[in-house]
Amino acid sequence: MTDTLTTALTAVSVSNLTRAFDGRVVIAGLDLEIAPGEFVALLGHSGCGKSTLLRVLAGLDTEISGEVTVPRRRAVAFQAPRLLPWKRVWRNVVLGLPGRADRALADRYLDEVGIAERAGAWPKTLSGGEAQRVSLARALVREPDLLLLDEPFGALDALTRVKAQQLVADLWQRHGCAVLLVTHDVEEALRLADRVLVMRDGVIAHASRVELDRPRAITDPRFVELRAQLLAELGVESGR
Amino acid sequence: MSGIELSTEKAAARTVSSTDLVTIRPARKRHGLRVPRPVRRGLGPVLLLLAWYVASATGVLSANTLASPTDVIHQGWQLIENGQLPSAIYASGQRVVIGFAIGGSIAIALALVAGLFRLGEDLVDATVGMIRTIPWVGLIPMFIIWFGIDEAPKIALVALGVAIPLYFNLYGGIRSVEPQLVEAGTTLGLNRWGLVRHIILPGALPGALVGLRYALGSAWLALVFGEQINATDGIGYLMNNAEEFFQTDVIVVCLVTYAVLGLLCDLIVRVLGTYLLAWRPSFEGS
Repeated sequence: MTDTLTTALTAVSVSNLTRAFDGRVVIAGLDLEIAPGEFVALLGHSGCGKSTLLRVLAGLDTEISGEVTVPRRRAVAFQAPRLLPWKRVWRNVVLGLPGRADRALADRYLDEVGIAERAGAWPKTLSGGEAQRVSLARALVREPDLLLLDEPFGALDALTRVKAQQLVADLWQRHGCAVLLVTHDVEEALRLADRVLVMRDGVIAHASRVELDRPRAITDPRFVELRAQLLAELGVESGR
Repeated sequence: MSGIELSTEKAAARTVSSTDLVTIRPARKRHGLRVPRPVRRGLGPVLLLLAWYVASATGVLSANTLASPTDVIHQGWQLIENGQLPSAIYASGQRVVIGFAIGGSIAIALALVAGLFRLGEDLVDATVGMIRTIPWVGLIPMFIIWFGIDEAPKIALVALGVAIPLYFNLYGGIRSVEPQLVEAGTTLGLNRWGLVRHIILPGALPGALVGLRYALGSAWLALVFGEQINATDGIGYLMNNAEEFFQTDVIVVCLVTYAVLGLLCDLIVRVLGTYLLAWRPSFEGS
């Protein structure tokens, strides 16, 4: 069904969002727009409220004021994969979908993230990287219009992490959903995102558009320049 | 940057005298004949049985105090042959099964109400906590007044003995389910019933199984007390009868029967556990 009249121009639209925990304001009148299919990375120090913002967009935190519009179909991948240990991998993937658990559907998405052979395994037997891939498959199987990633690579070792980033880049190209990636890794943000935001004092304090061709090389001088700029925004001097 | 000033000079190498050094020696290998672990573990009970046998055979232990092991085995065999023991086990087993079914249903219902609803928690949990502080054996006189002296008080006692440990472990299990998993379930689009079915109940299963083991243990315990009340059949009846005639061998047979039935129940729950909790990344022993 194509309905040109209701085709949204934004996937996410947030205006004047405020969230306080016991009087401590974490998000203070924040505005944010994400276009359909846009990949946005959100940087910030720990405790700056970026995860809170993601939880608001996920619909997990509703103690808010302000206006928030998000797609009906959203999916979240958390820092910890949060797989149900008592369900085999493929059942974890299709959990929550209407109808009977569809093994073939699960296998298709597990194949896409490259671990089809672990479909029948218990989550306890997976490595950290494998579990994170399952978590991605579980998010993508819902065909989301908005994919929310909360530091999904934070707990992975450096090598696995690079592979996982590449995987996310590929999946995003293929599925074309809007992505909000919360991270504190500037290089990760620059490698993946169309737009990098820096959150500070409860608002989006800085935004950089990343107009580099993909795949991006971290040695590209413009990459290096952007990195220095973002690190300065975060209050970290680059290259001593 | 202010703060700590890092010294640019390298400190002189510390000298280490030989008294500061220790040698890590490889664990010494044991030589000679090694007794396998199960045999070693079985040694204590076997020695105890042997001592019992010797004491009975030499007359140190009179049959009025404690029958000899050979008498117990003989008596046990006879009780099986004449059908007294099997019919007693049947009568007692029936009480346990009915009592367990009633107590278990009540415990599960209460634990679900208290575990899943805040209102239920407020109303149920404190109440069950209060009842728990009463030693349930002390309720026997009450139960006799309320339920008479037939089957009802025995079954009620078993039900109570089952309900309390099962309730607490199931309730605790429900409450110890990781909130992150529930949250993940919410983002996957599970509704309240879906969360209960796919996340909360399976997550509470380890606790529930611990509760089940306790519950079965106390079911048999409750039965021992319950069958002191005017029983006309069952293991307790057999034991009470034997007491009147100083048949210590029959009493021992009954005690062993209780123990074996208890062990059997425990075994069933353990097998159930290894099957139902195959997913659990717990330490499995080596």
